[in-house]
Amino acid sequence: WLRCRNHSEWFDYEMARSVKCCGCRQCNISFSSIVLFIVLSVGGEDQPDVSVVLSAYSQQGDPSLYQVYYSGLKKFIESVLDCHRAELSQLFYPLFVHMYLELVYNNHESEAKAFFEKFSGDQECYYQDDLRVLSGLTKKEHMKGNETLLDFRTSKFVLRISRDSYQLLKRHLQERQNNQIWNIIQEHLYIDIFDGMPRSKSQIDSMSGSLAGEARREANKAKVFYGLLKEPEIEVPLDDEDEEAENEEGKPKKKKPKKDSMGSKSKKQDPNAPQQNRIPLPELKDSDKLDKIMYMKEATKRIRLGPETLPSICFYTFLNVYQGLTAVDFTDDSSLIAGGFADSTVRVWSVTPKKLRKVKSAADLSLIDKESDDVLERIMDEKTASESKILYGHSGPVYGVSFSPDRNYLLSSSEDGTVRLWSLQTFTCLVAYKGHNYPVWDTQFSPYGYYFVSGGHDRVARLWATDHYQPLRMFAGHLGDITCTRFHPNSNYVATGSADRTIRLWDVLNGHCVRVFTGHKGPIHSLAFSPNGKYLASGSTDGRVLLWDLGHGLMIGELKGHTDTVYALKFSRDGEILASGSMDNTVRLWDAFKAFDDVETDDFTAATGHIHLPDNSQELLLGTYLTKATPVIHLHFTRRNLLLAAGSYNSQ
Amino acid sequence: FKTVFLNVFLMMAEERRQKQCSVVLPTESMKAMAESVGVGQLQEDSCVALSEEVSYRIKEIAQDALKFMHHGKRRKLTTSDIDHALKLKNVEPLYGFQSQEFIPFRFASGGGRELHFYEEKEVDLSDIINTPLPRVPLDVSLKAHWLSIDGVQPSIPENPPPATKEQQKKESTEPLKAVKPGQEEEGSIQAKGQSATSAEVKGKEKLRMKPRSTHELSVEQQLYYKEITEACVGSCEAKRAEALQSIATDPGLYQMLPRFSTFISEGVRVNVVQNNLALLIYLMRMVKALMDNPTLYLEKYLHELLPAVVTCIVSKQLCLRPDVDNHWALRDFAARLMAQSCKTFSTTTNNIQSRITKTFTKAWLDDKTQWTTRYGCIAGLSELGADVIKTLIIPRLAVEGARIKAVMEGPVVSNIDKIGADHVQSLLLKHCASVVAKMRPAPDVMEQYRADFGYLGPMLCSHVVKARAQAALQAQTVNRTTLTITQPRPSLSVSQSGGVGGSGGPRTPSIIKVPSSLTLMSTRPATPTQPSPPATKYIVMATSAGAASTQQVITLSSSQSGSPVTSTVPSGSTSLQPLVKLESGGGTVAGSRPLQKYIVVSLPSSSSSSSSLEHKGGTTATSPVTIETSVKSERSESPATHTHSPH
Repeated sequence: WLRCRNHSEWFDYEMARSVKCCGCRQCNISFSSIVLFIVLSVGGEDQPDVSVVLSAYSQQGDPSLYQVYYSGLKKFIESVLDCHRAELSQLFYPLFVHMYLELVYNNHESEAKAFFEKFSGDQECYYQDDLRVLSGLTKKEHMKGNETLLDFRTSKFVLRISRDSYQLLKRHLQERQNNQIWNIIQEHLYIDIFDGMPRSKSQIDSMSGSLAGEARREANKAKVFYGLLKEPEIEVPLDDEDEEAENEEGKPKKKKPKKDSMGSKSKKQDPNAPQQNRIPLPELKDSDKLDKIMYMKEATKRIRLGPETLPSICFYTFLNVYQGLTAVDFTDDSSLIAGGFADSTVRVWSVTPKKLRKVKSAADLSLIDKESDDVLERIMDEKTASESKILYGHSGPVYGVSFSPDRNYLLSSSEDGTVRLWSLQTFTCLVAYKGHNYPVWDTQFSPYGYYFVSGGHDRVARLWATDHYQPLRMFAGHLGDITCTRFHPNSNYVATGSADRTIRLWDVLNGHCVRVFTGHKGPIHSLAFSPNGKYLASGSTDGRVLLWDLGHGLMIGELKGHTDTVYALKFSRDGEILASGSMDNTVRLWDAFKAFDDVETDDFTAATGHIHLPDNSQELLLGTYLTKATPVIHLHFTRRNLLLAAGSYNSQ
Repeated sequence: FKTVFLNVFLMMAEERRQKQCSVVLPTESMKAMAESVGVGQLQEDSCVALSEEVSYRIKEIAQDALKFMHHGKRRKLTTSDIDHALKLKNVEPLYGFQSQEFIPFRFASGGGRELHFYEEKEVDLSDIINTPLPRVPLDVSLKAHWLSIDGVQPSIPENPPPATKEQQKKESTEPLKAVKPGQEEEGSIQAKGQSATSAEVKGKEKLRMKPRSTHELSVEQQLYYKEITEACVGSCEAKRAEALQSIATDPGLYQMLPRFSTFISEGVRVNVVQNNLALLIYLMRMVKALMDNPTLYLEKYLHELLPAVVTCIVSKQLCLRPDVDNHWALRDFAARLMAQSCKTFSTTTNNIQSRITKTFTKAWLDDKTQWTTRYGCIAGLSELGADVIKTLIIPRLAVEGARIKAVMEGPVVSNIDKIGADHVQSLLLKHCASVVAKMRPAPDVMEQYRADFGYLGPMLCSHVVKARAQAALQAQTVNRTTLTITQPRPSLSVSQSGGVGGSGGPRTPSIIKVPSSLTLMSTRPATPTQPSPPATKYIVMATSAGAASTQQVITLSSSQSGSPVTSTVPSGSTSLQPLVKLESGGGTVAGSRPLQKYIVVSLPSSSSSSSSLEHKGGTTATSPVTIETSVKSERSESPATHTHSPH
């Protein structure tokens, strides 16, 4: 594979990407075995060959008339009734792109240029990035290797238009005998017609912006089991001790009802929850049970947050990194911090007085009395105790790090195309998962451990299990880089955010894409599930945070305030507060409870997905906390609801 | 092809700003590049085709490189991003173009050709060998601080100032619009709560009402205020220095500003009546510290601060024994403060400068004005700059000279008047000399000066000659080394060396003040061969009333850092031993500009000091016996001293 990389040419790379089963060609894994896992979800279409795709443009029209056609349609749309105008205006962008591409494909270079210059200014501002790509594309030869173009062709641009508006358009085009435009609409666009009131401009704007138009309605119809899994029942011997301790302090009464409520909550079966064994989950180990007990204990001391009681924020600043910090993660119990750096290293810090120790070498281990009670203590090498450890192994910037829930492992994903699993007992690399051949932007452990998900430049998210060197599932369908990946709290679903400005929710069981969310106007760089599993929050480069209802597949909120990329999102442990951290050096707190509460979800909106967003960002914003010069790249709520934030200081 | 890639990229970046679409490389560049790799005559058509192709590919790579920048959580595209983008495309990355900052290309044009080239300076090997090794870059470290406690951001140095200067200004000029950050959400919550309870009419009224500004200080702030004010006027100099440092640098003081302002103004009012010179000096130093704090918006409190400062300049009497105590230094210091505030705060609306000038001139012109006030007025005026000296002071030199002559040569009226006249004379000479030197052409004729300026003429003449010589010398130095040497300028000068004003008695001056914020800015020579700037001398004198005084001369020569020559000259009895403590942190490493601290402490023996206090009969406050001075020289002060630039 390396040899190939050095000697091959541009188009090798393009071919590899267009085939979209990256990882199979170069990785000694037989093609057929991998292909079984691939689930293509782009409307069941096969990924077509480049030349076939392009030849669709070969039909000739009179190049000089393109401008006339386009401006004719423009005039028509501007003259229709207000209620239809907003809907029909959606046609402008896809038509513009396809007409431009046809001109380029048929070698009408100067006409294409003139066409672009005349009409590119009319397009919505959120398409600027794509227009920039298009503007560079002026020759037929360029089209062969351009991914943006391929995406535009292979996936039909989806428009959602009411029946009335559609009829209006159809009548107009038929009257005018405007076949050129009609052909494009027929071939390259997918018009999702619905009955009912045409949507308003703001409704359309809130949903558009994605590379390939809005999600089709049926794409979000599948049932999602967003409920939480039943907590395993643990006999709690330690809890009694704790209670005794509390008794001594003289607060016996408070404790009991709380414990009861905890117990009853876990016994109730959520109707929206998936079957307990829908996907196989690892058995709980003794240490996991201990940790669960610790968690419950901490949870009883948790501060109940709300608009009146805002969390305290503790900021961990990375100093002397010279802009090299690329990723951060905290363990769930907030005892360890991991940082990924541009110099290919991963560093782990202990933020508790307990220092990091390695396990003794094999020779030393053989001398230990294995029957002794403190054997776990004895196997650690006291000489190696230090506050931080450095993990060497990657050969490119590390873009994602994630701790396993049991704090024994750490995952890191890197520009070198690998995901590495590190042991936090020995501080060595255990496995390098090779599959992505391009940079892996993000990776995350399942909340139950064992599984993890990764996504990167090759547009495919992969689901792995730590004991398999091949991925278990491949989630293909995104039209741009996968920029962030998150597990649903019940571990049955995976959400991925992408540079194509969509969010997809994938079913781990069968690999299907069960939700497609459009509405972001820039690449998505952060995702967060609410603790109850019902909602998803996402942040993108345009500084907006969007809130989604997973069950209904609806956008339910928009939080405006940040002025730069939102790199970190986190719900408080109770889900009352959403914290967001951004490149604009601020941490903002939002009233998540109110945001979800305010949404009116009557049957109509639920059925059509035409949500009318209240513009209440200012009311929902509870606090803005500015750092001196530290972009916020990670946020974490401790078990007691203290907010931890992390970023690296930029001295400038 | 590859080697010119960055070259091209730079040009594209320039052009992109102008217009986003259809930027294509000029064909001339293609020709130049072809020539650079040995292809001579390139057809025009091929050039066009090539440039289009190259432009397209470069744009593609730039777009991919952006992805790496975003994932690297940076705002700046680096060369390594481009390398990674090339790697994505299976193209060998460009080796040897690593750069932390900008791409080090320079632009040149000539002969109709435009070129970008990589500037490679000739490096003298001996320079590299001789320079000491740079400090090892610091390792990554983790530091925690509270960004917010229960929803409120604490004002600690790690956090940005709670209200920026603009916000403070807005608050004072447009109180209706100003909303404090951090209190934002509380305000809205309160508003919501109130509107819920009260009728809607009331809610509307509320909109127009001025929001109640918070004047309550938190417990911590109260404690801080108490500590700071106590330290500022207390007896411990080290504590005072710390307190003043805190006032001058802490970002979160604005809520306490009204208190500080009142403290100073009341303090001056009381202590002027009591002639408590020491306290007046301390208060003026507080004013200085407040003015030095970049986060404070002082404009609102000038009405309290400026009168206090003016009082310290022109008051008839500032100390109990005007013949001995050095109240002149306080006047000089306050005058400088005044000048500084005129410079920063004077606007066309408040007209501070003209009002102050008028006040000074009026007092000066009055015949009955005392010499002390006279001195203050002149000092205040002359600090305002050369123009003021030229228009207001120089025309009156002759008149003032006659007045001085009357005192100096006439019958002895009082010693105090004589000292006063003497001080006024030296002050006039000091400030006027340089201005006169610029006003008058070169040959300085004694007689002419006498004719023009009367009694002061001859002395002025010699001063002007000196000033000229100095100016010439400085000009020379500048020409020779092109190295700007900033001479240390103590903010409060010590002019107490031996027998000032003919006091003549056995008593030595009892007040010596060396400012705490004495900043050394002597530049380190760039290479060892260059001439070192002149050595700087500080004279620190410690005295006690018991006629035991020690003079200590510290010579700080910039060429040999970290080892100032300290010589102690005991005068009188040697019962007082100065203790010189020298701390220099990493002073031998050139280029790293470390923090250097010189702490000069002179300690009297405890018994003698306490007894001497009693000897003086209640004048303790005006003559602090223990003098501790800390001379701090901070070469580089960055917001976070942890961050150390690798360059």
